[in-house]
Amino acid sequence: MVQSRAHPFMPNSAAAGKAALLGELGLTGTEPLFAQIPAAHRLQALPDLPPALTSEVELSRHLNALLDRNRPAGDGLSFLGGGIWQHHVPAVVDEIVGRAEFLTPVWGTPSSDFGRNQVWWEFTSQLGALLGLELVGLPVYSWGAAAGHAFRMAARLTGRTRIILPAAISPERLAVIEGYAHSADPAMRLELVPAPCDATGRLDLAAVAALADANTAAIYYENPAYLGGLETGAAELAAIAARVGAETIAGVDPISLGVIAPPGELGVDIAVGTIQTLGVHMHAGGGLGGFIATRDDARYAAEYPTLLNSLTTTVDGELAFGLMLFHQSSYGSRELGKDWTGNSTYLWAVAAATYMALLGPAGFAEIGHLILARTRFAGETLAGVNGVKVAETGGVFRELLLDFSASGRSVAAVNRALLERHGIFGGIEITPNRALFAFTECHTEADIVRLADALREVLS
Amino acid sequence: MSLRRYHAARWDEPLIHQIGAPGRRGQHFPLASSAGLVPAGLQRTSPPDLPELSEPEVLNHFLRLSQETMGMIGVSLFGTCTMKYNPRVGEQAARRLAGVHPAQPAETMQGLLAAVHGLDLMLRSLSGMDRFTFQAAGGADAAWTQAVITRAYHAARGQGTSRTKIITSLQSHPCNPATAATAGFEVITLPLGETGYPSLDMLKAALGPDTAALMINNPDDMGVYNPEIMEWVRLVKEAGALAFYDHANFNGVMTKIRARDLGFDACMFMLHKTFGVSKGGGGPAVGAYGCTAELAPFMPGPLVVEDGGAYRLETPPQQAAKVREYLGNLQQVFKAYAWTRAMGAEGLAEASDLSVLLNNYMEKRLLTLRCVTRSHPEQTSPRLEMTRYSLGTLFEDTGISAVDVQNRMADFGIDAFWLSHEPWIVPQPFTPEAGEMWSREDIDYWIDVLAHVIDEAYRDPETVRSAPHNQVVAKLSDRDINDPANWATTWAAWQRKQG
Repeated sequence: MVQSRAHPFMPNSAAAGKAALLGELGLTGTEPLFAQIPAAHRLQALPDLPPALTSEVELSRHLNALLDRNRPAGDGLSFLGGGIWQHHVPAVVDEIVGRAEFLTPVWGTPSSDFGRNQVWWEFTSQLGALLGLELVGLPVYSWGAAAGHAFRMAARLTGRTRIILPAAISPERLAVIEGYAHSADPAMRLELVPAPCDATGRLDLAAVAALADANTAAIYYENPAYLGGLETGAAELAAIAARVGAETIAGVDPISLGVIAPPGELGVDIAVGTIQTLGVHMHAGGGLGGFIATRDDARYAAEYPTLLNSLTTTVDGELAFGLMLFHQSSYGSRELGKDWTGNSTYLWAVAAATYMALLGPAGFAEIGHLILARTRFAGETLAGVNGVKVAETGGVFRELLLDFSASGRSVAAVNRALLERHGIFGGIEITPNRALFAFTECHTEADIVRLADALREVLS
Repeated sequence: MSLRRYHAARWDEPLIHQIGAPGRRGQHFPLASSAGLVPAGLQRTSPPDLPELSEPEVLNHFLRLSQETMGMIGVSLFGTCTMKYNPRVGEQAARRLAGVHPAQPAETMQGLLAAVHGLDLMLRSLSGMDRFTFQAAGGADAAWTQAVITRAYHAARGQGTSRTKIITSLQSHPCNPATAATAGFEVITLPLGETGYPSLDMLKAALGPDTAALMINNPDDMGVYNPEIMEWVRLVKEAGALAFYDHANFNGVMTKIRARDLGFDACMFMLHKTFGVSKGGGGPAVGAYGCTAELAPFMPGPLVVEDGGAYRLETPPQQAAKVREYLGNLQQVFKAYAWTRAMGAEGLAEASDLSVLLNNYMEKRLLTLRCVTRSHPEQTSPRLEMTRYSLGTLFEDTGISAVDVQNRMADFGIDAFWLSHEPWIVPQPFTPEAGEMWSREDIDYWIDVLAHVIDEAYRDPETVRSAPHNQVVAKLSDRDINDPANWATTWAAWQRKQG
């Protein structure tokens, strides 16, 4: 069909040019080019779609009218966290991820993609420094995907199927992990064994020790835990795993690692976690990205499902970058590869590389101290509100479990009132009476006082 | 046509760990004390070995690295990935979603949910399916969605342990067999017949009461359409299995065919390929997965439901498993909505027509070049949006490989073509995909460069073999980075191994 006007996205839709192209093939229309498709397969009429908005001025108005109907939590005062968080994204990061050379392409040659490959390498390199681990894969979809792959790595490494993990875990993350753990083949199923946790999500070490057995492939913990607690049992958990010949897998948030001991120093075999906190906006959930890292050991390297970007050299002896162990990926070996890979969250590797370079060691220390201090201030301030019980105010990072039971109010009612009467987004509901509130460097002490005052009014 | 005097920017930019100086800062945060707040034994005792840089140094470092990346500023006909214009109006508008938290109440993101639902409706029209989810974070993740739904569907019917096999073809994308195997299925890969697709007899021999699903693309990466596909689907369903359509190559058949009309139970579209969403160098991406009402209860939720002009979220009753946290990469879904609204049904039909027209125009010119042949010469009908070519003769004559040609073409501002997924069907394959975004002049230039490089391969093979010459760096050495003593994904590993 020749449109009356050429479409702005399609240079060859100009009538004369299209006719000339058809003429090169001895045609007057495109229909003969679809001869492979039997007539019975063909749609007889155009599908019913809304009218095209080919003018940018109209489309832009339409899109912005839709966007006006949103009220982004991050544009106001919000305490939502629980797996994706509002952290500050430096302006430089936004500029770099918006560069067309990074934003729009997919794949070139090692030479034509040189700059992008260097950025990717600086992502794994800096992340490795934060983690204290020397082998880091290119990113995966999310923390949940990373944990799922890591559990499967552990199962292949040990020939076992039991995974011990905290009962207090993000339900979103767990739902993803369950998909990776399940199998159509009963013999291949991973058994996810939840171990009890305290009120901040830290594992009950005695319970873990009792659950760990000769079929345990891995012990998984999170630091900080889902409910905010710093895992004081990290070293003991690695020791329990070692005793039964299991792998120790830790889920960490790298934004904490300027102040918290890195997994590489805590006896962790496989570290996983998020990269969203390293300079990526929440994007309604589209900001997620995950990573897998280990010691630089061939035994672990052989189980990575991710692409691995190695420093290497050119024929001239200059430094360059190439994919290592490509043959073990699904691109190289189809169903015989390690799980699968594909498009991932590589643009967020660019964001995270830029973010880590901006912060440096001092920036990571400062932001870590600040988040700890804000969390403590929030805990102390909110503990002074009648009807609010704070699970614990020390040894927690970023998140506090608030219990409204004494007030007789549900989380849903509290959150609704906070939003409607005070314009504040409350926390994630954990149970009908308990909610997880997140405090980051984006909050001032005044913001926290405002929350406390709002809660006093709501609970009064 | 004279070839461009392209040369990549060459900044000799050091690695990030090699620049900066002690004490420099790129970001400050308000100072605060956390004394006593980290439990004993959990404090970091030595700072991470990160570079110390000021803000302008960081900006310039990464700007230089962006300039050392060809991106899509050259001509990129990377086959199977459907290189497409990413409308900047969508990119610009989607920035207003940056601060949306996925767990905020549905009432506070009605505009976003309206766009998600709007795209769902448009994809239903384009496929005939009853419902779409956008949770899958890429095409492979959509294949994974199919694998987990297959698992749950048969389990719910009491056939979870008996339906153990998933059938695919040698020309399917590796993610299909790989996700099927990860989900615990045995994979049966059908070889191709002379026509470029497996024969019905091969399918019949593979089908049985143990078949769980068929995962197939059509047209395939060679532009070949299986005209027996309806009979395939009929047989698969007759055997009690599910039929999944990997619509990676939808660009050439948009508005021409619908997966549901062909009988399929489910299909997926890649919004970062066919629907104008930026690729980000490999994500964040979206595999939009659509299926029939029969499979919808197993879809990963929550899904967006419209109720009298308002939108709410609903989790399907028998949700198989989530394939990604929350609702997926919704900023990308929003961009796809924007692109599809800009195109309309007529624009999609036009894009499809043009992508096939341009591919055939390319093919006509390419087949006049010395030693360019195409796969399956028996298949004489015009190919759809791609054609699989071979440089086997060139390799035999000169020792110049497809990779050498790819490297040399980059010297003239042409970014990599796609060779082929594993396994190769023809020797020294290459697979350009013209799409609808490139002008005829761009396509002609691409062909002129290839013609020049082939000519050069006969005249002066060493220049091609040693290419690239106009890039940031020369080609990679034969250093074995599969050797643990050599590989290094981090500065720490590199320093340790280099001594």
